[in-house]
Amino acid sequence: MDYVDVAIVGAGHGGAQCALALRQNGFEGTITVIGREPEHPYERPPLSKEYFAREKTFDRLYIRPPTFWAEKDVTFRLNTEVTAVDPAAKELTLSNGTAMSYGKLVWATGGDPRRLSCAGSDLAGIHAVRTREDCDTLMAEIDAGTRRIVVIGGGYIGLEAAAVLSKMGLEVTLLEALPRVLARVAGEELSEFYEAEHRAHGVDLRTGVAVDCLEGDGSRVTGVKLVDGEIVPADAVIVGIGIVPAVGPLILAGASGANGVDVDELCRTSLPNIYAIGDCAAFACDYAGGTVMRVESVQNANDMATCVAKGICSPQNGEDQKPYKAFPWFWSNQYDLKLQTAGINMGFDRTVIRGDVAGRSFTVVYLKDGRVVALDCVNMVKDYVQGRKLVEAGATPDLERLSDAGSPLKELI
Amino acid sequence: MEVIRSSDNDELMALCGGCCSCATCHVYIDDAYVDLLPVLSEDESDLLDSSSHRRANSRLSCQIHIAPELEGMAVSIAPED
Repeated sequence: MDYVDVAIVGAGHGGAQCALALRQNGFEGTITVIGREPEHPYERPPLSKEYFAREKTFDRLYIRPPTFWAEKDVTFRLNTEVTAVDPAAKELTLSNGTAMSYGKLVWATGGDPRRLSCAGSDLAGIHAVRTREDCDTLMAEIDAGTRRIVVIGGGYIGLEAAAVLSKMGLEVTLLEALPRVLARVAGEELSEFYEAEHRAHGVDLRTGVAVDCLEGDGSRVTGVKLVDGEIVPADAVIVGIGIVPAVGPLILAGASGANGVDVDELCRTSLPNIYAIGDCAAFACDYAGGTVMRVESVQNANDMATCVAKGICSPQNGEDQKPYKAFPWFWSNQYDLKLQTAGINMGFDRTVIRGDVAGRSFTVVYLKDGRVVALDCVNMVKDYVQGRKLVEAGATPDLERLSDAGSPLKELI
Repeated sequence: MEVIRSSDNDELMALCGGCCSCATCHVYIDDAYVDLLPVLSEDESDLLDSSSHRRANSRLSCQIHIAPELEGMAVSIAPED
């Protein structure tokens, strides 16, 4: 049976950074990264942005060129999934039926796109936007004449996809079940702003609409039927309704976790020698008042990966390590709007707007008990840079000055 | 940024992939070439302000397109913040 000192399951942002950071921290043992997709690690955010819009070719998305990994003596097992974990024997079962034993295991699998469960959801022409293959398939359909696209889900993925597709001149309808888009991640002001922007760009954006089922011609989707009976015609459907953490084998092996897999302040799961990082790892987040949560972002995957690499390289088995407390940040590009988010707005009790919403350059500041906990900055890079210091400092600024975009945030700490 | 990332160098993070949304591709430019580069935009300058290692020759490497006149330019990678 093959043995590796560190097995990393998942070849996304977290897995790639973990391998990289192990070598940067002087790790000399063997490293194998097991990835489900055929490609070496690539950036996922452009899949709903520049790659989707064909502004960037795929080879520009590689986190490192494929040849780089061999130079760093990092082995890849691509097109491969882990189907079972035996933590006592420190063994993995792979999808090709072989086994592999490990010294340390890093679980960095992210999530699978949540699928619709309604009738018709197995028809052809229904897509997620999570992998290169998802994007390539959809782009090929567009090349073949797909014109009418229904996007189900008004989160970042759905909105970014809608922005790209409407710019291509396609007929885009976006359906959100909740009363507003971005309801899970942003305040009402930001939701309203993005709804108006998409409508102004020709997207038929509807909120508070529930999907009854998908209609088809026997093989391929032809429309989306709403609960009120209306059928929205569709040549293709994009489903962007979140992810399901890909932690099945770990949970079956006994790891604790109700939403993803639970990790401690050094990204260790409840199972010995097994870490988890990125979208699938639930941790007590200091920037959300200690709430146990998963954070789905490149930043979080990357910073957790670095934390684990340091832990594995630590001679004191992590006892000398600082708890994971990386500052959360995120971005989303839609049309010519650059959104940058700092902090986590969970539990906020008030918002303050700075800048000019109509002029498409403004910031939503989220406060909790008077303290700044997060900011959403739209075409306001200065506020993003200065505002994150307010969050880090737990600042309690004067609200009147806070609402005045002429008062630099750095003066409000 | 893409040129550095495609080289053997492993230190440049470039987390946002080059869309000028973070400051993790911060580099110092060889002084002789600073004036040959595209003008620093306000967004780029604001992002550079987030680094405590900013210098007069600081740039975000994702904002520099490689052009013939930059032949021979040396850059060094700024420390992580």
